[in-house]
Amino acid sequence: MKTGFSVFLAAVIALGLSWFGLVYGPLKQLGGARETTVLQSSDKWPMQPTGEATLGLQVYRANGCAACHTVQIRQTGAVNTLSITDLGVHKAADFKDFITSLMVVPELMNYSNSIVGSLNQWNGSVPKLLFSGEDIATVSLLGDKLKAVGVKTEARVVATGPDIARGWGVRQSVAADYLYDTPVQLGSLRAGPDLANLGVRAPDANWQLQHLYAPRSLVKNSTMPAFRYLFSVRKIGAQPAPDAVVLPKEFAPAAGFEVVPAAEARQLAAYLTSLKANVPLYEAPFTPITAAK
Amino acid sequence: MNPTENKTVCSTEIDASCRVPLLALFGGAALWLVLGLTLGLAAMLSFHKPDMFADCPFLTFGRAQAAANDLLLYGFVIPAALGVMLWIFTRLSQAPLALPIVPVVAANLWHVGVLVGTVAILIGESTGHPWLEYPRPAAVLLFAAFMLIAVTAVATFGARLNRELYPSHWFMFAALLWFAWSYSTANLFLVSNYPPRGVVQSVIGWWLANNLLFVWLALAGIGIAFYFLPKISGQPLASSGYALFGFLTLVFFGTWCGIPQSAPVPAWLPTVSSFGALLSIIPVIALGIVAKKTVSGAKVACMGGPFCFIKFGVLSFVVSSLLYISEFCPRYSRVLDFTWFNFGVTQWQLLGFATMILVGAIYEILPRVMAKNLPLPKLAKANFFLLAGGTLLFVIPLLIGGLEQGMKFADANIPFADASAVALKFLRISTTGQLLVLLGALCLLLNVFVMTIQWKLGLIKTVIAAVTAPLKTSEVKS
Repeated sequence: MKTGFSVFLAAVIALGLSWFGLVYGPLKQLGGARETTVLQSSDKWPMQPTGEATLGLQVYRANGCAACHTVQIRQTGAVNTLSITDLGVHKAADFKDFITSLMVVPELMNYSNSIVGSLNQWNGSVPKLLFSGEDIATVSLLGDKLKAVGVKTEARVVATGPDIARGWGVRQSVAADYLYDTPVQLGSLRAGPDLANLGVRAPDANWQLQHLYAPRSLVKNSTMPAFRYLFSVRKIGAQPAPDAVVLPKEFAPAAGFEVVPAAEARQLAAYLTSLKANVPLYEAPFTPITAAK
Repeated sequence: MNPTENKTVCSTEIDASCRVPLLALFGGAALWLVLGLTLGLAAMLSFHKPDMFADCPFLTFGRAQAAANDLLLYGFVIPAALGVMLWIFTRLSQAPLALPIVPVVAANLWHVGVLVGTVAILIGESTGHPWLEYPRPAAVLLFAAFMLIAVTAVATFGARLNRELYPSHWFMFAALLWFAWSYSTANLFLVSNYPPRGVVQSVIGWWLANNLLFVWLALAGIGIAFYFLPKISGQPLASSGYALFGFLTLVFFGTWCGIPQSAPVPAWLPTVSSFGALLSIIPVIALGIVAKKTVSGAKVACMGGPFCFIKFGVLSFVVSSLLYISEFCPRYSRVLDFTWFNFGVTQWQLLGFATMILVGAIYEILPRVMAKNLPLPKLAKANFFLLAGGTLLFVIPLLIGGLEQGMKFADANIPFADASAVALKFLRISTTGQLLVLLGALCLLLNVFVMTIQWKLGLIKTVIAAVTAPLKTSEVKS
């Protein structure tokens, strides 16, 4: 075939295009990324990790933790919610009738069933979720109407999706979250839970250490391998080591021995507790809980 | 043009020129295959008994699994494919292997590189990027070895008698280019002292993984299949034009896949990948049709021989590629991502497609190159059934388990532990399949090793015979 050279040239162009699009393009767009600002705040994101946590990422890499854990939260969408935070002079019992009277406005009629229905058997405890949906106009209209009669409400943006419903995070992970990670350990299998927000879920380094040494002492039926090689079991000296891992009886070593984390285990625990993705960013907005007060 | 016409008077000479390089490539590859599958099996045991390797850092799941994956790809698939490709280059050129010493050196460099890389992963020196775990020294060795073999291939190609190109040529040349380009790019960016910032690392990693596991495997595997299928079936390749269409669409569309739909990167990247994946259905189907048309109606008994291997491999290519493509459909990926599905598809691509075609090709080539029948033909036949059955038993539970797991993941009311427990049932079955695949790999290893030893004994006998032969009287000085 005389077209041999042209076929080869086409292959070079094909791979070149893909290189240009999927290597050069992202490099140009994200390679120079810098820390960004947290929404409605002057705080910078991401935070510079501590030295221990930086070393801990290397322990995470060396032991292939990413083979079973992802560090990325998915989000399917976001909703606007309106909650009552203070009823003011109103009583919970007759509040439902009041809300029903508001529903005559055409903008609210579509949602009247769900809004009124949410007040069935409400005992007056606040905050009470009144509306949840994509329609921001409804939230502001309803909020204004309630404000006029002295009821305090709070409008929030809430990220949605199974990962978020599981409590693994409050928003999706975005490129900015990984700015200081080398190597970036996104992971592709969830044999274990996602860790993107683990530092918020399990902030106690001692919990992490115990979990690394004996996962099933804390999470029944966990399939995580124990990482006993990151610890040393040794005879208790004149005084017990201050950082010895406290274990339940069936996981503890023989009497007179203690389990002491090696430097790697401490670094790994520091890294795990440093994993946080809990601030709103431009690409992933939501209303943080702390702003409720 | 039909490769069956390529039988030339000197084909024994051509085969003999490949003998040492191919033994060096195949011998090491077969050993790595067995080691890789053993490590993979050991890694999986962690899911059956989580505390098994609690005191053994080298076999903890994360390390053993990475080492096993890399041994499959870099240990077996790539060197075996290079060996087969070198042989096909000589056959298509109707010329003996050019620079025969170079691939021998390259094969040894390559195997040392794999050894260094594997040990590095097991002691915790992996780079942390999936499919690019080998640290710099190993990567340099692999790249150097690859380039040496590519030079040999090009030199052999240059010496060809028939100036026309055969479709396998396009695929094999592209494969040579692809690995060199993508592997060097990924290493220069990621395994450097100044890697790019943030998720760009992951994007480059995905680009490499897609180019190796989807595009490279397709180029090498289909290139090899398009040589052997016509040869064995005795029918010409169905349509050169259709093959060219498949080739071009594969390289233009397939290279854009790879970015997972859930990736925390700007949205255009997953979108482009999704579109690329959709278009990649075209080459997969086209290449499948060419192969199907080529073999249909062939009056050749298969019986667990190389023909079986290669037909099964092409079928696996079509199915596993379509499954791979489905992962880039946003709707499916929401369910399939982060489950065992992805692992199952990758293993199908590596074992069911690439390994299958390569083992078949090795069984076809070795007897010719060594001018001797396979020492253990029954094991070679058993190899097919073990490898084919084992692969299916290995990956299908992973796919079903992954799907079920994904559907449970998507429902936040089902606790995570329950959703994970679903997969455990399926993992128990798939580990049995893994064991069968390992037995199949042992058949290959035994055949290659017995053949090598017989050949070495033959060499020694020749030498001894030459040394001990009585001198001819004419050479004796009086």
